[in-house]
Amino acid sequence: MPTLSIDGIEVTVEAGQTVLQACEAAGVEVPRFCYHDRLEIAGNCRMCLVEMEGGPPKPIASCAMPAGDNMVIKTNTPAVKKAREGVMEFLLINHPLDCPICDQGGECDLQDQSMAYGKDHSRYTEVKRAVKDKNLGPLVKTTMTRCIHCTRCVRFITDVAGVEELGAVFRGEHTEIGTYVEAALTSELQGNLIDLCPVGALTSKPYAFTARPWELRHTETIDVHDAVGSNVRVDTRGRQVMRVLPLLNEDINEEWISDKTRFACDGLAKRRLDAVYVKQEGKLQQSDWDTGFDAIRDRLDGVDGSKIAAIAGDLACAESMTALKDLMTALGSANIDCRQDGAKIGTGARGGYLFNTTIAGIENADFCLLVGTDPRHEASILNARLRKRYLQGGFTIYSVGAELDATFPVTELGAGSDVLADIIAGRHDVCSQMVKSTRGMIIVGQSALARADGAQVLAGLKAIAEKTDMVTSDWNGFNVLHNAAARVAGLDLGLVPGEGGMDVAGMQAAGAKGDLDVVFLLGADEIDTNAFGDAFVVYIGSHGDNGAHHADVILPAAAYTEKPGTYVNTEGRVQRAERATFPPGDGREDWTILRALSERLGQTLSYDSLPELRARMVEIAPQLAAIDEIAASDWGDFGTAGDLSSDDLALADTDYYLSNPVCRASDTMAECSDLKLNTAEGATGTHG
Amino acid sequence: MLQDKDRIFTNLYGAHSPFLEGAKSRGDWDGTKAIMDKGRDWIIDEMKASNLRGRGGAGFPAGIKWSFMPKEPGEKPGYLVVNADEGEPGTCKDRDIIRHDPHKLVEGCLLAGFAMGAVAAYIYIRGEFYREYETLQAAIDEAYEAGLIGENACGSGYKYDIFVHRGMGAYICGEETALIESLEGKKGQPRLKPPFPAACGLYGCPTTVNNVETIAVAPTILRKGGSWFAGMGRENNTGTKVFCISGHVNNPCNVEEEMGIPLKELIEKHAGGVRGGWDNLLGIIPGGSSVPILTKATCDTVLMDFDSLKAEGSGLGTAAVIVMDKSTDIVKAIARLSKFYMHESCGQCTPCREGTGWMSRVMDRLVDGEANIEEIDLLLEVTKQIEGHTICALGDAAAWPIQGLMKNFRPEVERRIVARKLEQGEGASASPEAA
Amino acid sequence: MSDQKEAFVFNDEMEAKAQNYLARYPKDRSASAVMPFLDLAQRQNGGWLSQAGMDYVADRLGLAPIRVYEVATFYSMYKLKPIGKVHVQVCTTTPCWLRGSDDVVGACKDVLGIGMGETTEDGKFSLAEVECLGACVNAPLIQVGDDYYEDLDATSAKALLEAFKRGDEVKPGPQVDRQTSAPVGGAKTLTHVEQG
Repeated sequence: MPTLSIDGIEVTVEAGQTVLQACEAAGVEVPRFCYHDRLEIAGNCRMCLVEMEGGPPKPIASCAMPAGDNMVIKTNTPAVKKAREGVMEFLLINHPLDCPICDQGGECDLQDQSMAYGKDHSRYTEVKRAVKDKNLGPLVKTTMTRCIHCTRCVRFITDVAGVEELGAVFRGEHTEIGTYVEAALTSELQGNLIDLCPVGALTSKPYAFTARPWELRHTETIDVHDAVGSNVRVDTRGRQVMRVLPLLNEDINEEWISDKTRFACDGLAKRRLDAVYVKQEGKLQQSDWDTGFDAIRDRLDGVDGSKIAAIAGDLACAESMTALKDLMTALGSANIDCRQDGAKIGTGARGGYLFNTTIAGIENADFCLLVGTDPRHEASILNARLRKRYLQGGFTIYSVGAELDATFPVTELGAGSDVLADIIAGRHDVCSQMVKSTRGMIIVGQSALARADGAQVLAGLKAIAEKTDMVTSDWNGFNVLHNAAARVAGLDLGLVPGEGGMDVAGMQAAGAKGDLDVVFLLGADEIDTNAFGDAFVVYIGSHGDNGAHHADVILPAAAYTEKPGTYVNTEGRVQRAERATFPPGDGREDWTILRALSERLGQTLSYDSLPELRARMVEIAPQLAAIDEIAASDWGDFGTAGDLSSDDLALADTDYYLSNPVCRASDTMAECSDLKLNTAEGATGTHG
Repeated sequence: MLQDKDRIFTNLYGAHSPFLEGAKSRGDWDGTKAIMDKGRDWIIDEMKASNLRGRGGAGFPAGIKWSFMPKEPGEKPGYLVVNADEGEPGTCKDRDIIRHDPHKLVEGCLLAGFAMGAVAAYIYIRGEFYREYETLQAAIDEAYEAGLIGENACGSGYKYDIFVHRGMGAYICGEETALIESLEGKKGQPRLKPPFPAACGLYGCPTTVNNVETIAVAPTILRKGGSWFAGMGRENNTGTKVFCISGHVNNPCNVEEEMGIPLKELIEKHAGGVRGGWDNLLGIIPGGSSVPILTKATCDTVLMDFDSLKAEGSGLGTAAVIVMDKSTDIVKAIARLSKFYMHESCGQCTPCREGTGWMSRVMDRLVDGEANIEEIDLLLEVTKQIEGHTICALGDAAAWPIQGLMKNFRPEVERRIVARKLEQGEGASASPEAA
Repeated sequence: MSDQKEAFVFNDEMEAKAQNYLARYPKDRSASAVMPFLDLAQRQNGGWLSQAGMDYVADRLGLAPIRVYEVATFYSMYKLKPIGKVHVQVCTTTPCWLRGSDDVVGACKDVLGIGMGETTEDGKFSLAEVECLGACVNAPLIQVGDDYYEDLDATSAKALLEAFKRGDEVKPGPQVDRQTSAPVGGAKTLTHVEQG
């Protein structure tokens, strides 16, 4: 651990840290553009120059110089100031003076640093360089004349995203960032380029010219577009969500978010259910709460609990699921499920449905077997962690299931169920790798668990994980990867069929036979809602999506940005989402709808406030009490021993960009989806 | 004057066959195995004793550089990389070595590589030297066939390969880490140092990069002894050197001479003197385009070696002597170099990418005096903002010629500005409506 | 970029050379062959690199196409647009300029009837200004194809290009009476060297 002096302040840093990091540790600010602590060091902007005593007679780039013992670093000398002013002048000579019309204005590193190191006039009288803008697709807008060639974008897309599509082409002052052959970027993490770009060269296309940063109100909350639980900041102006940005959380998303998390927010303002609707004479008519509740009460009158069912959707918060479960219990129904995809999980030990290794724990793994999962599209941020681990070396990844378009090398073992059966039986070649690994991981996806033999897959993988020492006292390599934000909390709260109760498939079968009278859908849109036959469908949700189309009563609810809510991510980590804005029209927070309805039904739920509801929630599931933590999970029985079916392991046919009602309402996501389909179909066609 | 018996490159002009038989008749490959038998340490000691300083421009002692390579073979193989990306304006010596005396280079690669424990040499030759590449490759092929290199080089039991890699037009690849990047199949953009190539070079392995001439003189030094080489030239500036004399001389040429030869003698004896006589001399760039120009007064007496030229504020560089007589438009001569550096900047780091273009544009205007007097100081300030602030030395190289111009020829630059102002002033007064 | 999605694949001659180049680098370092591969693709394609050629090279070496585009656009000897069958490159850097490269440029423009960066209408000749070619003691010079034609002046440059126009062969090297880089009038050194 080297100890060095920074402007006279003595500081000790970890071996391998740079002078710039040492400066930060000493509380000394060093300006930088190309340096980013999550990217490879480039050392090209030259803004971070400092003086080193006894070093070469010229300033050094602090970002690229390893901190050494007894170094004496000076950051505040006239020479350093002059050197930085020189670099700043060079950066500005070909940078347009268009801050007033630049979306980066107000949150621009170049603008900020030029206040400290810039001149009040330009000494450059030559013609400024003009660079043609690039079309990178629907998400990232370019104004390449503003580019300062820091190459953060190239390094991010290459290293973190693992999709090599951006480069710095040509050379010298003609150097340009781009794809060279015009093509849209295909990474699901490309939105992060916007945050990384220190200037206004790469900005958000959907957000372009819609707001200035100082007009926005920030709310720190949780994303629900997958089960990762990325921490985000929702920026609103008035009641409208203008944009979503990542928040730092080292355990989860570091400082990245996936494009769906960032860009689906226009879907929050479209196709919204903003009034109560009641079906009258075969048509949904706009109505009011009283009428809606009465219609439900009337229909439930005299119906036996066994003919009532409820399904919680993928975006539901723990609070609303608590209320839904309590209401169903009050109505005498055991027919409740939160597994729209039919995954055969949640009935055993908690460790049987969690990503036990944890996302950050991936960095300690040395082996990974993917089973029926496509992490790139099911959990892009978790996938980025797998890639990060891959780049560190000594990490081999295998996959059973459909072929993947992965961002790291994967050895595909095939999709045949015999392959999986061989692995489970310990006779497949890869098993020797599993035995050899000291911190091996298995990641099983919902596609494998939603099969008819999902419980057998689960039990089989548990057995082989234990057999190959992937589960020890200090390491749990058994992982279930969820893709629904609501799922783990739903399982924690027991939103699975009770004694004699029906699961989703059972409800649909009963509906088809006419054995089901009333179904409550709490934002459940990923199922065939036609399949309930003549059952009376009550849809409680935010968007006019699948569930609403077949509803008899629609009760407008809040989207995830419009309510305080608890979510548990795939790791089992409990997190709180906060309200950034309010639901439109007559929309209400889901739990208050259920609470009001219960009263009308004469089954009044026992809580009148959010704290009371949360107390009840923790009563059912104590592990939900510790916010931002993962309760130690039990490791016991789960799954069902038995043979596998002979079907190939397929992946669910889900479009990453259109996986839930919010993103299906988003024009931006629709454009991304179209583009991806067209690119796939037109791969042999023409470019540009 | 150096005697022919002490010249190393005895086929510099290609009077004889460059190939194996001819090379052997000139003494190449004579007792190579015996030299190897003396061991790595002996070779490095002998090279140290010769005081040979690198011939690519920086002048770092070759023997010391070789000794930086790991003593014991580690996990990673070591590489010798030969810089044959000759592109410094004024310089064309390596071309002659490669096309006329390639076996000196090939044998040098073996001995140097053996001394530093390398498994192979890569010779990075500039892409434009296609015919030279063909000759070099043929020489290497001959050497393999004769068992001089390969599985059992010269019967020494040492396995050693030599490969040639062609550049494709980028001056920056003459910078050693840019060259390594290029050799790895990337853009030729210099790396950050540390780490240095000796620790982490080609493919992340220990690597020594040497100039063609440095490697090609090694076999002769090892045969004749380090003291023989050290006995020529001056202390710390020993041996012989191939000089390239271009520009306004009567007979431009390459010639191998003793280090420390007076510049005037070099030009008069070998290049037929300055066009129009020595008194017609305006100035000389003594070491390739990157070093500052010398005025005639300095040229009268300066010696051609590292330390003498450094003392005059210039440098030996590649020993490429660019002579300019009094007919030279000196501003344009330097402006053309500025354009060269702008064209060759790799674009990686800010000061060079942005600064070389700025300097070139101002220099272009100064040629016609299309500028304000204050812009001279502004231009000098820009050179200072680049110098020492870049990843590699190209920024410095772009800055120095301009600094040299202003130091030695500033009155001429000012004269043009004033003349232009007067011309425009007259023009303005002749057409009052323009005001 | 234009629609050049025609298939590209090395012909037998180029494939043989490609294999020779590949053998020069460690097996897991085949990316090193990107420069020679691009050169082969360019030679096969009439002196310039098509996108199909670049994509082919990327595919052959398992590189992302953008990495190949970066290389192809960085080095000046890769041509990204068609050039003439006879590509005339005039060095105009200071050592050549001092010895009259302006005259050589003028002669080239006169004889070919085109400017710098242009190609004759019949596609036969193209003309380009290049940076230092590294033969400064034989300045000024031009490069045509893989050969240098040295020690030129306006007259000899004109004669040279006229000869190319006629399709005549011209011996590369100095276009004056001179042995390579030795001084005109004969070498003053190496006159006492014994040769076999």
